Amino acid sequence: MYDIIIIGAGVIGALVARKLAAYELKVAILEKGNDVCSGSTMANSAIVHSGYDPVPGTLKAKFNVASNPRFEQICQELDVPFQRIGSLTVATEKEQLPQLEALTKRAQENGVPVRIISQEELRQIEPNITPSAIQALFAPTAGIVDPFLLTIHAVENAIDHGTELFLNEKVTQISKENGIYTLFTRKEHQYQAKVVINAAGVHSDDIARLVGDEYFTITPRKGEYFVLDHFKAGFVNHVIFPLPSKAGKGILITPTTAGNYLIGPSSQFVSEKERVTTDSITLNYVKENAQRLIPNIPFSQVIRTFSGLRATPIGEDFIIEESRQNPGFIHVAGIESPGLVASPAISDYVVDTLVMKRLPLIKRANYNPRIRPYTRLKNLSSEERDALIEKNPEYGQIICRCEQISAGEINEYLQRNCPPHSIKAVKKRTRAGFGKCQGGFCQIHVIHLLAKHYQIPVTKVNYDEEGSEVLIASSRGDQA
Amino acid sequence: MKHVDLVIVGGGSAGLAAAISAYDQGIKDILIIEKGPTLGGILNQCIHNGFGIETFNEQLTGPEYAERFIDEVDKRHIAYKLNTMVVSLNANKDLAYSNDCEGYQVIEAGALIMATGCYERSAGQIMLPGARLAGVMTAGQAQEYVNIDGYMVGRNVFILGSGDIGLIMARRMALEGANVLGVAEIMPYSNGLPRNIVQCLNDFDIPLFLSHTISNVYGRQRVEKITITEVDDQFNFIAGSEKDFVVDTLLLSVGLVPNNDLLMQAGAELSSTKGPIVDEKLETTIPGIFSCGNALHVHDIVDYVSDEGKLAGISAAQYLLNPHFENGAQIRVLPGNLIGYVVPQRIDINSNAEEIILKYRVKKPIEKARISVQIDGVEIKKAFRPFAIPSEMEMIKLRKQDLRAGSLLTVEVNSHE
Repeated sequence: MYDIIIIGAGVIGALVARKLAAYELKVAILEKGNDVCSGSTMANSAIVHSGYDPVPGTLKAKFNVASNPRFEQICQELDVPFQRIGSLTVATEKEQLPQLEALTKRAQENGVPVRIISQEELRQIEPNITPSAIQALFAPTAGIVDPFLLTIHAVENAIDHGTELFLNEKVTQISKENGIYTLFTRKEHQYQAKVVINAAGVHSDDIARLVGDEYFTITPRKGEYFVLDHFKAGFVNHVIFPLPSKAGKGILITPTTAGNYLIGPSSQFVSEKERVTTDSITLNYVKENAQRLIPNIPFSQVIRTFSGLRATPIGEDFIIEESRQNPGFIHVAGIESPGLVASPAISDYVVDTLVMKRLPLIKRANYNPRIRPYTRLKNLSSEERDALIEKNPEYGQIICRCEQISAGEINEYLQRNCPPHSIKAVKKRTRAGFGKCQGGFCQIHVIHLLAKHYQIPVTKVNYDEEGSEVLIASSRGDQA
Repeated sequence: MKHVDLVIVGGGSAGLAAAISAYDQGIKDILIIEKGPTLGGILNQCIHNGFGIETFNEQLTGPEYAERFIDEVDKRHIAYKLNTMVVSLNANKDLAYSNDCEGYQVIEAGALIMATGCYERSAGQIMLPGARLAGVMTAGQAQEYVNIDGYMVGRNVFILGSGDIGLIMARRMALEGANVLGVAEIMPYSNGLPRNIVQCLNDFDIPLFLSHTISNVYGRQRVEKITITEVDDQFNFIAGSEKDFVVDTLLLSVGLVPNNDLLMQAGAELSSTKGPIVDEKLETTIPGIFSCGNALHVHDIVDYVSDEGKLAGISAAQYLLNPHFENGAQIRVLPGNLIGYVVPQRIDINSNAEEIILKYRVKKPIEKARISVQIDGVEIKKAFRPFAIPSEMEMIKLRKQDLRAGSLLTVEVNSHE
């Protein structure tokens, strides 16, 4: 019996778990995927929005603005790459200038510092911007973050304090008796808790239906992206947006914390909640729109395309509330953009306001908001690196040549509290396979490291979810 | 900092040939740095035959071909490091490498030969539509899994792209008992060598769908089905031409790209084919750093890679032995009509080389091809080929006396009827 079960290990589930870890509570996370961070948190623009855009007074505005200044601290505690690079919302036509004015006003209402900058200044700070750019709204507090590590490390931090994580546990049925919820999973396991937090992303309405809550619906809205290699620092220096429209913040161009560039997303309502596919028509649309802001994007540097699903609710705002008919069942739903940036304040609200009504929150005496920092070879001096290899030769074996990741760095994650179970999970944590060869050279090494750690045959190593083995059988008689 | 006269990055076919020739020119202090567990590079996974026809006048397998060169390296006691990754390089030819026994080491090279090979274009680079699933991989990756590691990657296989590795793997998978349902090629002609079409597809009754590409990939965890669609000459899908294949594996053979991260880091200029810009000595824009093999431009025959490695070895030796090794006035080399690229991209007008080999590929198949080499519009050399196809690298030799003063050399091809 748990005090609290969190359904879903995206950024919301992860940060709620981490927040709960500060209290004397018995917590479990049930995640239907084979890794944490495998839904919307895995595939988005990775932006810490400044908060000028959401409608004043909404939860989106409130939690975005409250969370934004906290990222330095959170990312330092959780050893997550974060850079406050600022954003530029660019007007390319005279007709758009009133819209920039309106956004400036909205920013002021939300309490977000912004200023309008001239064409000249814009060109200075973004040399590759389109010549037709007239003015831009500069929001210096916008930033970029690694959403994978934010989520993975937050879960690790929670597990360090006793939280239990159960992967591949899809909740299929929920019953309630005497104020206790029993959750049944596809694998026919049962979990019981006094409080349940529904952080199931695009599936949060499906989870709500399991307890009879039908008052919100999530319609997945797909966004397709290009990823460019880290071919050149400074090709784009800020998060660059067009002016927002009904379809969202529009197709943006941004550097990532790893030095790649992201271009996207499109915006398309879809019926299926799992099919994160791409198609050439949509990607061409993304390309054409991005070129309106940065005409000379080198699409020869594209190393990957992907899509993600936004958990778009029928209403316009986040749904963060206790179920109207099920005390102790808390929905954190409809967390689309700016959900990533808003997640710290959302988690605080969920715990300090909603959970508090149902459970006593007793501070954990030995709570530590920090995780043990991870080794990143690229941040070490040659002397430090040499000394490290002498202690542990695995750090000398560079297995991913594009991103220069060592076997030691992968093994470090394998030995920690939120370890990878698949090739993709290794990639999210270490960037092995993230580069221009997309795992062509390193995948075999990653397979062997996983097989060795879990003591399983290499034919049982999954690419991503259960049942996604890469090697299907031995082609020789002498091995398993 | 430790000094080594000549460092060769990459111990594959290009690097081995370069080491041998540099040694024979009198350079004894040579170090080959290889990331893999053995010398030979990609040849080790190419267990099919057909290597060495030009060089040895016999058909060898990849490992046998590599062994001939490894034996020569060993005879000369040329030093090499295995399982060692070069992680940084600067324009002063200082490089850092890392391995598990020596740690992180920095050395200063008198001269460098970059023989770092190429990588395969991936699903991401070609914007493969559909879902991202297990069962989609590059043909070379599959080749490594099957031939080196000894694991099967699928039972029912489709192949996108008719590059040589794709064709070789079609046959290889069929020999391993897989059901190979077909090969789709977006171009109206194959991108593989004609002999591979015959030996790998025709002999195994594997259909080749020209002017077709993948329009969708379906599956949950692993590939379950693919759809191919015919394309018009603008590469637009032709509605109604869709064909579905129930497969668990999709291998990609959609192009190779020279791998030059280190040269980029050092600041060498790269060409549009992502190989470095070199002169007729294969020297990059950084003095004393040379390039050869698939890192310079993608080859289809390994024998020519070895020849190129040999030239790079000779040039690097000259650079080290001759203090007056300098570049004189240079002619720029550019591809003309229907030519994809030409290597080298610069020629020293005072070059004392007896002959200069221009290597190029045509952009599309051409019958009765007339190749013309011109300096500032004046033809200095011509050649005829009954056929020229993009999958075959062509060469044309210029003798010293063919060259004349000028600023721009072009290679162009026309069909003569």
